[in-house]
This record gives sequence, C-alpha cells and structure tokens, in this order.
Amino acid sequence: MPLNIDLQQILLHWMNLAILVGGLYFILFKPVKAFMEKREAYYQDRDRQAEEKLADAERIRAEYQARLDAAAEEIRQSRAKAQQAAQQSAEEQLSQARAQAQQMLVHARTEAEHDREQILRSSQRELRRLAAAATRKLAMEQDPFDQFLDLAEEGAQHEER
Amino acid sequence: MKQHKKGLALWLTAILLLLAGALLTGSPGRAESVQEAMRDAVLHGENQVSLFGWRAVNPGLISAFTVTAILLAAAVCIRVFAIPRFRLKPGRLQLLLEEAVGMFDRMARSNSPHRFRFMEAYIFAAGAYIFTGTLFELLGIQAVTTHGHPITLPAPLSDVNAAIAMGTLSYLVILSGGIAGNGPRGIGKTLKEFSLPISMSFRLFGALLSGLLVTELVYYYISLSFVLPVIVGVLFTMLHALIQTYVLTMLTALYYGEVSEPAPAKEKRVRKKA
Repeated sequence: MPLNIDLQQILLHWMNLAILVGGLYFILFKPVKAFMEKREAYYQDRDRQAEEKLADAERIRAEYQARLDAAAEEIRQSRAKAQQAAQQSAEEQLSQARAQAQQMLVHARTEAEHDREQILRSSQRELRRLAAAATRKLAMEQDPFDQFLDLAEEGAQHEER
Repeated sequence: MKQHKKGLALWLTAILLLLAGALLTGSPGRAESVQEAMRDAVLHGENQVSLFGWRAVNPGLISAFTVTAILLAAAVCIRVFAIPRFRLKPGRLQLLLEEAVGMFDRMARSNSPHRFRFMEAYIFAAGAYIFTGTLFELLGIQAVTTHGHPITLPAPLSDVNAAIAMGTLSYLVILSGGIAGNGPRGIGKTLKEFSLPISMSFRLFGALLSGLLVTELVYYYISLSFVLPVIVGVLFTMLHALIQTYVLTMLTALYYGEVSEPAPAKEKRVRKKA
C-alpha cells in the first residue's frame, strides 16, 4: 500500500481508540460530569429554596402591607366617622342651643308681654285710682283759688319764722 | 544572597560541563542521511518496532498504546485519589478536570443539541488522545527497532495509520449519529460528506508530520540542537497540540450535529381540486 498504509495497524489503532474512549468515559468523564451535575443540582436546589424564601418574604410583606393599608383605611374611616359624629353632635348642640335660645326668647317675650300687660293694667288701675282720688278730692275740697291763697299764707308765715 | 550566587555558579558550571561533554564526545557517525531519516519518518519503512514479538509495526502504534496506557493510568489515579475528594469549592486539579470535561460537554451540546451523550464522550477521549499524543513526542521515550537501533517514539498521529484510524473512526461516529438521528436518511446525509474521513485523516497526519519533520531536521544537525529546540520542540508542539485537538473535536461535533439533526416534518400536500 502507498505511504505504508497497513489495514491491520489501522484496526489496532481503532481497537486502541475504542479502549481509550470507553475507559476514559467510565473512569474519568462520567464521574466528573456526575459530580458537576450533582453540584449544579445542589446549587439549583439552593437557588430554588432562596427563591421560595424570597417569594414567601414577598408574600408576607404584601400581606403586612395589605394589613397596614386596611388599618390605615380603618383609621381613615374611623376618623371620618368621628369627625362626622363630632360635626353631627356640634350641629345637634347648636340646633339645641338655637331651639333653647328661641324658647328663651319666646319665653322672655311672653314674660315681657305679660309684664307689660301687668304694668299696663297696674298703671291703668293706678291711674283710675288717682283719677278717682283726684275726682274725689276735687269734689270734696275748696276752690282752688282759695286753696292757693291758703297755701300762700302758709308760705309767708313760714318765712317770717 | 550568597546562596543565590552559589546556585547560579553551580548552574552555569553544569551547563558548561554538559556542553563540553557533548562537543568532546562527538557523534558515533550517522546511521542514515537526512533524506533517509526524513523519508523514514514519513513511511516507517526501515525503523519498525516489534509488537510483543508478534510482528513489526510502526513506532506510532507503540506510541499510541503507550499514550493510551498513560491516559488510562492517569484516569484511574484521578478516579481513585482525586474524584472522591472533590469539593463544592474546587481546587486546582478539580478545576482543571471540570474545565476539560465542561469544555467538551459544552462543545457537544452547542454543536449537536439533539443528540450529544455519545458525542461528548467521544470528543473528550479524542481530544485527550490528540493533545497527549502530540505532547508525547516531547518525552523522548526510547524504543529499539527490529534492526537494533534506538529510536525516539514519535507522536502517534504522525503515523499515517494512526491518522487514518482517527479520521475514519470520527467519520464512523458521525455516521452513527446520522443513523441514530435520522435512520437511512442519516446515512445519506453522512455519505454526502465522503471527503470528510480523508480530510480529517490527512489534516492530522500532515500537521503532526510537519512538526515531526521539522524536529527531525533540527535534531539531525548538532549545531541546531541548542536553544532552537525550545521553540521548535516545545512551543510549536504545544501550540499545534491545542490546535489539532480543537480542530478535530470541533469538526466531529459539528458534522455529528448536522447529520443527527432531525429533518423537519414535510407538510402534507393537499390536492387542490380543480
């Protein structure tokens, strides 16, 4: 054969390569790769666990955030309710005060009216009484001119003294 | 400081002594001319080695068996002593092994995503064989030829039979991928690339042989045997060990992926009624 090509030697090389491929695969390649895959699986597992923990933490955070939001909403509603109640109470008190004031005003007006009427009646009665007394006096007493003179005399006497 | 100076002086003395020894000893005389040496490096017509007394074979075959033995022995040692001590945080050796395995695994997965289990095992072994086999020539392991001359075992793939075996085996692996992925259609797809075994074989053979020839040439003349072999012998050998490993494994993975890729299902033709 040209170039000293020898089929038997080629077959011997094939046999040698077959032994090498099988030997290296089972003795070296497979165990090293198995170790690498095991390590990869280990880190993937840890990664997955970390992701799960992260997801849990995220879920808990969201839960607490929701609770905080709910509490804030509750506080806001309570505050609004309290404000509403305070406003309502103030309005009620105001309306009560207004009503009371109105009542007092009405009462005062009534009383004033009553007093006025009473005073009026009393003054009318007094006037009637005075008029009656005056009439009576007029009717029973002397002439006014004489009276005047008497009074004048009484006055002169008094000065002399 | 004194120790450093003493060490430096010792080192320089050793170099001078070795140089003087090399020059004074002289050469026993060349057994063959440079033409014969280079012709024999290609054809191995003369310098053959006995295979356990069975028959005379090219020294490349002995190198191949030796490389396989070295690789398997190293693999057994690593399996027994290193792998049970692997840790989640890898050390240097573990990192090196994981990188080697990971590199061929990634190469197989990226080039042949449909079918890569067998491919990654094959290219890992082929890569280890080509890389170690190419660096093997640096060891300078000696053997005795059938004529009784000493010979330095060459890189296995500088033997044309080893290169053909590697190329054709890679082609058969590609063919097996085609059959596993596409059945008879896979055979057709693989046979279309009929030049592949030849190109793979002779690319390896040519690359390794050129290195061998240059090394032979350099070492043939004693005047070229100083300093130059560091570049020619070590750096070039390491460089093309890496290149040839990458080229063959990449090509094998690429063609394997191409022929094992399942063909898209044909859409049923709907006959339009006129």
